[in-house]
Amino acid sequence: MTTADLIGKILQVVAGLALFAVVVGLVLFLIDKAPKRGRDYVQLGAFLAPAMILLLLGLIYPAVRTTFLSFFTSSGNFTGLDNFIWMFTQPDALRTLFNTVVWVILVPVVSTIIGLAYAVFIDKSRGEKYFKALVFMPVAISFVGAGIIWRFVYEFRPSGRDQIGALNQIVVWFGGEPVQWLQSSPINTLLLIVVMIWVQTGFAMVVLSAAIKGVPVEQLEAAQLDGTNGWQRFRNVTVPGIRGSLVVVVTTTSIATLKVFDIVRTMTAGNFDTSVIANEMYTQAFRANEPGRGAALAVVLFILVMPIVIYNVRILRQQREIR
Amino acid sequence: MSSSVAPVDLPVPGGDRDDDSYRRAESTVTAKAGRVKRRMTSRGATVAALVIAVLWTLPTFGLFISSFRPAEEILDTGWWTIFQNPGFTLGNYQEVLLSSSLSSPQLGAYFVNSLAIAIPATIFPLVIATMAAYAFAWIKFRGSNLLFILVFALQIVPLQMALIPLLQMFSQFLRPIQASIHETIPMIPEQSYLPVWIAHTIFALPLAIFLLHNFISEIPGEVIEAARVDGASPSQLFFRIVIPLALPAIASVAIFQFIWVWNDLLVALIFSGGTQDVAPLTQRLAELVGSRGQEWQRLTAAAFVSVIIPLIVFFSLQRYFVRGLLAGATKG
Repeated sequence: MTTADLIGKILQVVAGLALFAVVVGLVLFLIDKAPKRGRDYVQLGAFLAPAMILLLLGLIYPAVRTTFLSFFTSSGNFTGLDNFIWMFTQPDALRTLFNTVVWVILVPVVSTIIGLAYAVFIDKSRGEKYFKALVFMPVAISFVGAGIIWRFVYEFRPSGRDQIGALNQIVVWFGGEPVQWLQSSPINTLLLIVVMIWVQTGFAMVVLSAAIKGVPVEQLEAAQLDGTNGWQRFRNVTVPGIRGSLVVVVTTTSIATLKVFDIVRTMTAGNFDTSVIANEMYTQAFRANEPGRGAALAVVLFILVMPIVIYNVRILRQQREIR
Repeated sequence: MSSSVAPVDLPVPGGDRDDDSYRRAESTVTAKAGRVKRRMTSRGATVAALVIAVLWTLPTFGLFISSFRPAEEILDTGWWTIFQNPGFTLGNYQEVLLSSSLSSPQLGAYFVNSLAIAIPATIFPLVIATMAAYAFAWIKFRGSNLLFILVFALQIVPLQMALIPLLQMFSQFLRPIQASIHETIPMIPEQSYLPVWIAHTIFALPLAIFLLHNFISEIPGEVIEAARVDGASPSQLFFRIVIPLALPAIASVAIFQFIWVWNDLLVALIFSGGTQDVAPLTQRLAELVGSRGQEWQRLTAAAFVSVIIPLIVFFSLQRYFVRGLLAGATKG
């Protein structure tokens, strides 16, 4: 990067922000100057129009067009359902769908269980704040960063040499042979899932920890007076008390998992039978020059995500009403 | 008897409810809670918690240690043998950030790009969304509810649904504009930040409008009315009343959006063009993994350069960060 490049970049940012500020300022100035009658409508238009135009051109129209594209070949000929038939018949594409199912079952379940267990274990303990921060930290790290961190854990050196990957070192300590983890299917998919669990557990833990603190102490004490043990109290008082939060965590994690892209892209690029829908969508549409197939994959993703989001939103609204 | 367990999460006494009886009641409640919970969590639970904490921290810790080890050490010995194979260097960081040789990652430029993308891509959608949220909340018009529900429903649409057509539209309409900017000001490369900014702004809007609307509509109507009666102009009302009152919500959404953009890979891959002119750190890192996946002396340091900003935000603004994250968890 030369100094000229740097100046060019700073110039772009400053100019971009300045231009934006000028436009916003001008709009507000004109609203203030508008005649009193009908000023509300001028303001309404000026305040709503930018967002609505951007959403219409940048989200609604493209989404409709993507749906449309999914019925065409790359050369623009109508093919009916061929792109979808390809997805549900080709072994590679089927593998992608299968992997996505494995991801979306394992990640929400495992990360919620570990997150809940951890939240219960550290609840009211000394240094709870620090315990929380340790497990929560991966949430702030990008998936790309997480991918590199875990690639290092899975790194392979031929047997006889010193291992530099922690996982293979453990295998060697127990007398095993080092494995090229990321190249060996099907374990590689599970190892990628571990990365996602590692990231999502912190999220589950923070939400559930807050929910646990909301369980009324009286209920727990009453249960204790009835002679229940810790596990029974957890099963019959705590879990029902945090059911809403549990559902939100599981659905939210499922949505994030369905859309997972960066982890697969960074760690294996979808090779060695590890691809998932979001990664395949990118590969087909932007690498293999098959926008029709990419669009079809996007549509399937949309159809899979939609019911979960709707359900999630309903639960969230119910919770808000209760509060 | 209960003093051995420190009530870590005692609520900070707020200014308005800081009377003594409240505090006393609060502390007995926590004391009881402590008693109940202490019998519930056994020694086994403590061990399990420790194991999880260690498992969750070690991968990052190992990478962090390794980023300070010389190349020979990193590539031939495990980081856990650091005491048998000592070595410390800042050379890896110097290499990835400052070296201008063609074979080095040259992350300096990409770091600047990440900032140059994330700052405007946080400010633009926030301003536009705050305006729209205000209009939805406080200007009555027919169809207001319906339109708001539509915006809200757009959260369902995954990014992937918009990518292909949006890229086509950008190359058709935005490319000529970028070219003409480049001709007028040669310092700005033809491949500019504009498409990435616009894409991030669009994708941020549904969630940001929804969250800010929730908050802005809670502002008491009397406050707005009083300002109007006192003769405040619309822009005064917006800047002096609405924005200051909505600041906590705006801060949470802003932090979430900043981290989201900083950590994003997909939008960058498609709209940045992948050159040093625009591509952010995440894209460069993904590229390095693909082409130089074995050069751990570089990858370790590079990964840390990319996570340092989110981690600073995380540790310094944790409360806002959590709030923003909880609110925005379904984004994407």
